[in-house]
Amino acid sequence: MPFGPDDWSAIRLTLKLAATATCLLLLLGTPLAWWLARTRSWLKGPVGAVVALPLVLPPTVLGFYLLVTLGPNGPVGQLTQSLGLGLLPFTFPGLVLASVLYSMPFVVQPLQQAFDTLGERPLEVAATLRASPWDTFFSVVLPLARPGFITATILGFAHTVGEFGVVLMIGGNIPDKTRVVSVQIYDHVEALEYTQAHWLAGGMLLFSFLVLLALYGSKARSRHGF
Amino acid sequence: MPHPRPLVSTLAAALLATFAATAAQADEVQVAVAANFTAPMQKIAAQFEKDTGHKAVLSFGATGKFYAQIKNGAPFEVFLAADDETPARLEKENGTLPGSRFTYAIGKLVLWSAKPAIVDNQGEVLKQGGFDHLSLANPKLAPYGLAAVETLKALGAYEALAPKFVQAENIAQAYNFVATGNALLGFVAYSQVLDEHGQLKGGSVWLVPSKYYSPIRQDAVILEKGTTSGKAKPAAEALVKYLQGDKARAVIKGYGYAL
Repeated sequence: MPFGPDDWSAIRLTLKLAATATCLLLLLGTPLAWWLARTRSWLKGPVGAVVALPLVLPPTVLGFYLLVTLGPNGPVGQLTQSLGLGLLPFTFPGLVLASVLYSMPFVVQPLQQAFDTLGERPLEVAATLRASPWDTFFSVVLPLARPGFITATILGFAHTVGEFGVVLMIGGNIPDKTRVVSVQIYDHVEALEYTQAHWLAGGMLLFSFLVLLALYGSKARSRHGF
Repeated sequence: MPHPRPLVSTLAAALLATFAATAAQADEVQVAVAANFTAPMQKIAAQFEKDTGHKAVLSFGATGKFYAQIKNGAPFEVFLAADDETPARLEKENGTLPGSRFTYAIGKLVLWSAKPAIVDNQGEVLKQGGFDHLSLANPKLAPYGLAAVETLKALGAYEALAPKFVQAENIAQAYNFVATGNALLGFVAYSQVLDEHGQLKGGSVWLVPSKYYSPIRQDAVILEKGTTSGKAKPAAEALVKYLQGDKARAVIKGYGYAL
């Protein structure tokens, strides 16, 4: 058996984390991307920049700020404690929060792009047909922006699976809670358990390749298809 | 185009000067330092540079991690480990200068909280509970993490507390988890909770009796990369000598290590 029980636990946890974060990101990212694509507010620039920050910031910056602000002396930590939620570092919800922040641009940017290319026309047509805004969104915008949603979902999921630095800084390496595959690989490598490291790392490589192949493959097909 | 020429030659001269300068002070020694020894080593390295003119370039991390890096060709010339097993293993594998291994410090484990009156001087808090997280260094990689596990097993508290473990990548991160308050308490090195005058920096601490864990003999060794034709490079040799001198020993003792 190439994977030990610890490895399986890490794999399960990683998939759970990526799935949870991606769902949340689609829920939060869709209205945000919509607003970014439509608004003429001066806030568009600053908000867009904040969303894109994780693209350029090293994970250590995010990890450090999360550790400090989510901790018992930080503002968010004091809030979560007063709400009876306890502290977020070293917990699964803490990792979900970190992943949502960290993978935000990978979901918001493809969606924003999809909404941008949509233009005003389909919305105006829907309005003249007396479609309500919600109706317009679900029966016009969603189907037209489908490729954007697919890209956002795949990239958000894959990027969360590939997360390492932030998890290392706020995770605490707890089996079944915060020890994801990337951290497990790191542990194997550091302990010179190269065989186990190879299995997990090779699996990760294959997974990432297949995900990107699915993404770029489907893009190429849809371009030739029409 | 007459203009770029002077610029180019100025640049070339500057580059040459830089190389010449590097060559002149080439006596640098690359040192891998166990994370628990960070503060004392920074102080010793500064004195070492002042006293000998050699420069010690320091990297800090977990001992097990350094072992893996050294085995894979890391450029370290001297290794200050957090245990005696890792340097001995390197010695057996012909990765060191034979006969260069010595104990530079004997480490002490403490249970520490950044808050006062949390940790009592008997370690009873471990049995009473009342905390969510217990921080310790990864026992697979860090000798202080292993000592923490041994202590908990000796106290019969391992099984009960294992679900509360937060494992740090090295002892510095274990300290950091406690210092930020994210873990209420944790096992760290005594040296980490002392300032340079040997006073407790803050919080509450239990100096774990040494009977609970195998002695943390911290050995240093000159690595293969620190030798030329079977002999120690001058800076590496000077550093190892300096570490055994009175000045360095005073610093080491000041941080709570036994010698």
